[in-house]
Amino acid sequence: MEFVVNWLAATPGHATPLLLAALGLIINERAGVLNLGSEGMMLCGAFAGAAAALATGSPWPGLAAAMAGGAALAAIFAVAVVVFRTEQVVTGLIMVALGAGLTGLLGRDLTNQTLPGLRRLDLGPLSEIPVIGPILFRQDPAAYLAVALAIGLSVWLVRSRAGLRLCAVGEDPAAADALGLNVQRQRMLAVIAGGALCGLGGGYLALVSSQVWVEGMTQGRGWIAVGLVIFARWRPLLALAGALLFGAIEAMIPRVQAVGAAVPVYLMTMLPYLATLAVLVLAALRRRRDDEPAALGQPYLRQDRH
Amino acid sequence: MTAALPRAVSPGDARSAISISGAWKAFDGRPALKGASLEVAYGEVHALLGENGAGKSTLMNLVCGLYAADAGRIEIDGRPFAETGPLAAARHGVGMVHQHFKLIPRFTVAENILVARAGASAPARRADAARRIAEVAQSLGFAIDPHARVGDLSVAERQRVEILRLLLLDARILILDEPTAVLTDAEADAVLGLLRRLAAEGRAVVLITHRMREVQRYADRVTVMRGGETVLAGAPCAECDQGRLADLMVGQAVHAATPRVRSADGSGQRVRLDAVEISVHRPDGTPAVDQVSLTLRAGEIVGIAGVGGNGQDALVEALYGLAPISGGTLSLDGARIEHAPIGARRARGLRIIPADRNDFALIPAFRAYENLALTEVPRGGFGFWLGLRRGRMIAEAEAAMAERAVVGGTPRTPTRLLSGGNAQKLLLARELKTAAGDASVLIAHSPTRGLDVAACQAVHQALFDLAATGGACLLVSEDLDEVMALSDRIGVMSRGRLAGPFPRAEIDRARIGALMLGHG
Repeated sequence: MEFVVNWLAATPGHATPLLLAALGLIINERAGVLNLGSEGMMLCGAFAGAAAALATGSPWPGLAAAMAGGAALAAIFAVAVVVFRTEQVVTGLIMVALGAGLTGLLGRDLTNQTLPGLRRLDLGPLSEIPVIGPILFRQDPAAYLAVALAIGLSVWLVRSRAGLRLCAVGEDPAAADALGLNVQRQRMLAVIAGGALCGLGGGYLALVSSQVWVEGMTQGRGWIAVGLVIFARWRPLLALAGALLFGAIEAMIPRVQAVGAAVPVYLMTMLPYLATLAVLVLAALRRRRDDEPAALGQPYLRQDRH
Repeated sequence: MTAALPRAVSPGDARSAISISGAWKAFDGRPALKGASLEVAYGEVHALLGENGAGKSTLMNLVCGLYAADAGRIEIDGRPFAETGPLAAARHGVGMVHQHFKLIPRFTVAENILVARAGASAPARRADAARRIAEVAQSLGFAIDPHARVGDLSVAERQRVEILRLLLLDARILILDEPTAVLTDAEADAVLGLLRRLAAEGRAVVLITHRMREVQRYADRVTVMRGGETVLAGAPCAECDQGRLADLMVGQAVHAATPRVRSADGSGQRVRLDAVEISVHRPDGTPAVDQVSLTLRAGEIVGIAGVGGNGQDALVEALYGLAPISGGTLSLDGARIEHAPIGARRARGLRIIPADRNDFALIPAFRAYENLALTEVPRGGFGFWLGLRRGRMIAEAEAAMAERAVVGGTPRTPTRLLSGGNAQKLLLARELKTAAGDASVLIAHSPTRGLDVAACQAVHQALFDLAATGGACLLVSEDLDEVMALSDRIGVMSRGRLAGPFPRAEIDRARIGALMLGHG
């Protein structure tokens, strides 16, 4: 029982960075831009967050810098795919390499310094409730923020006029253009906002999860987020559920090792990626591709003759 | 009733809505407009007539801000229109219904109106939009559910949503690009009647079309374009006769479709294709084609009429082998083929002109000669393995393209650069070529949809020639005029079932119309 409570209490901490990145990607992809560079943007966020937190001695400027870091790399990506209409898949892959390379180079001096981390909230008597207390009421503020963000984004996409316009651009840019929407600007903003959320996810890893900067510390979580978006069928609330599922798997790994179960370490650390693969296969088998934004991955230029 | 509405007052005293002169526009160095002009006044329905590629859509896209003119003067409401962008055009009260609807299928009707950027009077909230949609629809005499997903609506309903949206966004100048191309006669009359009414209320309506009937019945004035130039500017429709307009459109005297010369009775001819009670089921188990029987004899064209979506697609796919036949038998020249793969059916002489040639028949990125050789290469027609003989492919393509009068490209031209009519002729050249002896059995699905007059004639002539040489053709088309003009026997599909085929002499438009709707 204690094992289960501890495991579930640790799950949100693992789920939050995945959720933040997935939400960022949902904004991206709903606007029709396929962003495979999330791994690189998360790394930029982690690095910028670590550097800013060290410089200021406080985690909150760190998280703000993390968003800026992710957004900066996303801005490069946006200029390439939206303005110059480069191939989105290849450009995204380049962003991963760019993010990894840049942060590796710049982050040498930061390595192994303890960062001022974000504390868990103390909700007083609520967190003392047995079982529920540690799981629901003893998390850090960023985790609650991420949940609120998922709910807010879900409402915004479906209920607001601006959200509707974002989706219109991702569904049919030619139609959106004919209605007077500025397709390029919408896409630019969506990519940069999405990149900021990916960066925040990376910042969370550095400032909350590990409280230390390590080169390549995202360890493929950006890729898991890409799979998570497909699993969630581009819906923020399903992304929340998916992030918790993947977070639970991740949280399981150190615990299984701690109780001394004879499972090979490498097999255990492979689990999240295997789960991602399984999810993608399942999504493909279900043939629910009709949820995908119709113009995903397609560049748009008005004077192209169609 | 709508036809009885007053026509616009004489053009002289109406306010000018659109005035274009000397408009030039080129794409990739190829001019689409060469100094075109157009004058449209408020209160009139102005027909813009021309063949495919005459520049009608390009000209109108200048007015609604999608393209910027290379040269020329464009005025809206008598003031120069120099801005670009659809938003600027909308601010000037210009709205366009494009040939490919600019609606987002996954959104509801209300959402499609909410996403538009428009003036303050346009609805900004869902409930608002729903109420206004219902109001305007009612005032125009039809009903539409504001919360229905556009993807679930029929084509005619989507068209109405487009028009409704323009009105809700305060458009005073309405441009419609071939609004009736995808509608049945009755639906077309309803839409055109609606346009007359909007003009009578004082709006300006530009009707892009190549249907003569619509010009004469619904337009006040007509402008004819050919090859990017205006060849007839704003002539009152009452003074134009059809023959003259047709001549202006194509730039040469057009002869009415060659009447079929045929033997008095084909029933003695041998049976080429024989379908007996074939059925096709959808994935959910319901029948798309329900026990359809039909016989094609040598020398015969059998037409299948019907409103789109009544099982024609599934029937064509089943006959050709693209969809599995779940019941009944199918034979070609006496051999059973209902379970034969496509290759085996083709080897026996079955050929197809599919409704969407770019998805199913031609590869747009391939060169013309490659598309022509496409079906022969797997059979070793041009050598094996590394020994493909491109020279021979090109030589044969040259001959075939000359024979079918495919212009606008050489054998080495990428197929996507050919116009619709020329691509269709290219496809005909491939599909009607037979190895030896027997003429083929052709399944032609909407073979002239979207083609101009001259290309239509070439396609029809090819079908006649096929029948005259002992081939047979199943013509599936939503264009009733075409089915009536070409077919020896006519069947009508409705909800997966086939009525007939009846001999041409024993059936008329009214009866076909009743059968289309599933009565009779």
